[in-house]
Amino acid sequence: MGSVMAVVVGALFAASVYMMLRRSIVKLVIGLILLSNAANLLIFTVSGLTRGAPPLIPEGMTVPPGGAWADPLPQALILTAIVIGFGVLAFAVVLIHRAYEVVGEDDMDQMRSTDS
Amino acid sequence: MSTAVALPVLIPLIAGSLSLVFYKSHAVQRWVGVIGTGALFLATVALLAKTWTDGIQVMEFGSWPAPFGIVLVADLLSATMTLMAGMMGFALAVYSLPSMSRDHEAFGYYPLMHLLLAGVCGAFLTGDIFNLYVWIEVLLVASFALLILGGERGQMEGAVKYVTLNLFSSMMLLVGVGLTYGLTGTLNMADLAVKLPQVEEQGLVTVVGMLFLVSFAIKAAAFPLFFWLPASYHTPPIAVTALFAALLTKVGVYALFRFFSLMFDNDVGYTHELLLWIGGFTMVTGVLGAAAYYEIRRILAFHIISQIGYMIVGLALFTPLALAGGIIYIVHNIIAKTNLFLIGGVIYMLRGSYDLKQIGGLWKTRPMLGVLFLLSALALAGIPPLSGFLGKYVIIRAGIEVESWGIVAAALAVGLMTLYSMVKIWAEAFWKAQPEEHAERAAAFERAIDKKNLTLMMLPVIVLALLPAAIGIGAQPVIEIARVAADQLLDSTAYVEAVLGVTP
Repeated sequence: MGSVMAVVVGALFAASVYMMLRRSIVKLVIGLILLSNAANLLIFTVSGLTRGAPPLIPEGMTVPPGGAWADPLPQALILTAIVIGFGVLAFAVVLIHRAYEVVGEDDMDQMRSTDS
Repeated sequence: MSTAVALPVLIPLIAGSLSLVFYKSHAVQRWVGVIGTGALFLATVALLAKTWTDGIQVMEFGSWPAPFGIVLVADLLSATMTLMAGMMGFALAVYSLPSMSRDHEAFGYYPLMHLLLAGVCGAFLTGDIFNLYVWIEVLLVASFALLILGGERGQMEGAVKYVTLNLFSSMMLLVGVGLTYGLTGTLNMADLAVKLPQVEEQGLVTVVGMLFLVSFAIKAAAFPLFFWLPASYHTPPIAVTALFAALLTKVGVYALFRFFSLMFDNDVGYTHELLLWIGGFTMVTGVLGAAAYYEIRRILAFHIISQIGYMIVGLALFTPLALAGGIIYIVHNIIAKTNLFLIGGVIYMLRGSYDLKQIGGLWKTRPMLGVLFLLSALALAGIPPLSGFLGKYVIIRAGIEVESWGIVAAALAVGLMTLYSMVKIWAEAFWKAQPEEHAERAAAFERAIDKKNLTLMMLPVIVLALLPAAIGIGAQPVIEIARVAADQLLDSTAYVEAVLGVTP
């Protein structure tokens, strides 16, 4: 399972970089979306894909019952990262919309007036 | 357990919420801005004093013991950095009163400023790498919104690049955090300092370290990843640019210092050699870029990059003296560079342009501004007895001690080139006569000046112009603090003991 996920993560990263290197700012945002999803999936994969019991300790015991239990921390990390990524992406979408309105182009090559 | 550590994060968050409550009343927001950042400044002074006398301060969120809970840790480097954040926040809040236009205030400048300060202080103080990512996102979102304050075309174009590259670097950081957790099963910096050397595959540790290096190098605007900075920094209102120049890139530099002294020092021969090259090229490309421009804000933006190089070189040489030099340089640079931007704003108010070809004759009408500009500009170039000389002297001496002649030569040459850029601004804006074809606009701006506003703008400028001189002349305490901070960075025992409560 881990190796399949690794390939998926790699494909997502490759797709996102490809999209970000396009000239259209809409594709740029799609690239950003893919990028944050790739990163989340990577955290999920790299911290070990275990199918196990929830790590809840019943009263009177010191460890959770059962042999294998899932690590809750990566899920907490990903949840936080999803929320942050969502907020930032919302901003990015509004930004490119405004940029499109102001510049009148969705071509990154036309957005060079501040470069030189 | 020490609540003093949490105050630099809490105060701006509270002040920011208050500003949101009084969103309609700009007068209240202005007062909250000055009082809130003033309180932040005092809290950071108290934190540095406490860290100096009582050692490393730790606070556990929700009393969950480290390494399971998130901790805020203030060692001397963190405390010094938050002090700079507090000082710059206060200076800029005062400066914003007369310089920020009513429109920009209506867009929510003050709540965003507080949010940015909270993110910066949180990033400086946190002892957990995922929490660092969260704070960096907080400050990034605030900076995104500040960057497009006003919504002009240039700002939008700059923001698209700024947002994309910074989000990319944040994702690299997140990937690095995930991989670190996969390798070691912990996210606590002190715990990582113990566990990373125990990882069997040390090559993997270096690879993850490289991810962090690229991520923070983008944020610090280091060579060859700095292109977002000159494309965007000159577009927002000048107080915002000054705030960015003071604090944002320094978060990247601080994170590099923290990661590559506390945690990823397993393969110094590779990582720090790479940092040395990055630092050297950053210095040189930044200063060469500045030479090409005749717009005050762009010249100064390129100098941010070039100065970042010195700090990275201080880290890369990795001797106690070099690290101390790097820390002194950060402190000096934040003060001098911010003040140059503030003076740029005053020049704009007097002449109506940032373009050096359209302005002139300021020495005749405003000699005091000229003196203040020279104090900051010469400090930046490293002329004794100002603070820049102190920072450069310590770093170059450290370079000579390890016989790294190439970097010593580059540092000296870049100092000379910095002087050239500063003299260019001086000669064009202050010394030459006002160009005839733009005299009308200059006169109109001169007439429109409100004396009271100008005095208020000059207040922080005067204080920040005198500070480098004070640091340069009374250097002993600064060097002392920087030396102890560098020792804390190189020997992580005290840090680990303070956070985990056990001797490694």
